[in-house]
Amino acid sequence: MTDIFCFGIAKDIVDQDIHQIAIDGLSVGDFRGILNTKYPAFTELKGYMIAVNQVYAKDDVIMTAGDEIAIIPPVSGG
Amino acid sequence: MATNVYISPEPLSLDGVYQSVVDEACGGICLFVGTVRNHNKGKAVTHLDFETYDAMAVKEMEKIAAHCIETLGAKKVTMAHRSGRVGITEIAVIIAVSSVHRDVAFQACQYCIDTLKETVPIWKKEHWEDGSYWVGARP
Repeated sequence: MTDIFCFGIAKDIVDQDIHQIAIDGLSVGDFRGILNTKYPAFTELKGYMIAVNQVYAKDDVIMTAGDEIAIIPPVSGG
Repeated sequence: MATNVYISPEPLSLDGVYQSVVDEACGGICLFVGTVRNHNKGKAVTHLDFETYDAMAVKEMEKIAAHCIETLGAKKVTMAHRSGRVGITEIAVIIAVSSVHRDVAFQACQYCIDTLKETVPIWKKEHWEDGSYWVGARP
């Protein structure tokens, strides 16, 4: 089981089951697909990014067990 | 060190940020101070709550500050952002840039705040008397 950090509105959208998603070997794009199906509210956002090990990741990045994964909804600092 | 970026749950010190960019070789310092206003889109705002992905936010802020020095020619850059509850008129963010001449300081300061708002993983929850919402999340 990998830690998946959720921030902002993403925390309101997900539930505990998110930690059951097996991310080892999964691409970021596939992960998005799973999220969008499991939690359709994600598709209603302006968009969202996935960060792998604290770096914004493109859809073709492959995630491995032990990576630090974060769901980054539209940022609004400042 | 020429760059200095941090996130703080405590009130930000304007003078502390200012002093951090003072440089003998510089003829100008540009400061941007972002404050919390009492209204947004017709609603009365009571306060904001900032959630931050600290480790990544600091990395992204560091990239922005480094760009100002390496590409734009700034001398020293400090970016400081609050986390947690921030009240009306309180400071949410301070950007300070020193440079030899003023043009670079103005330009780099604007680049810092504009880019911070686009890329740094910080989220603002706006609170009203009767509710709250995550700013900018939905179309």
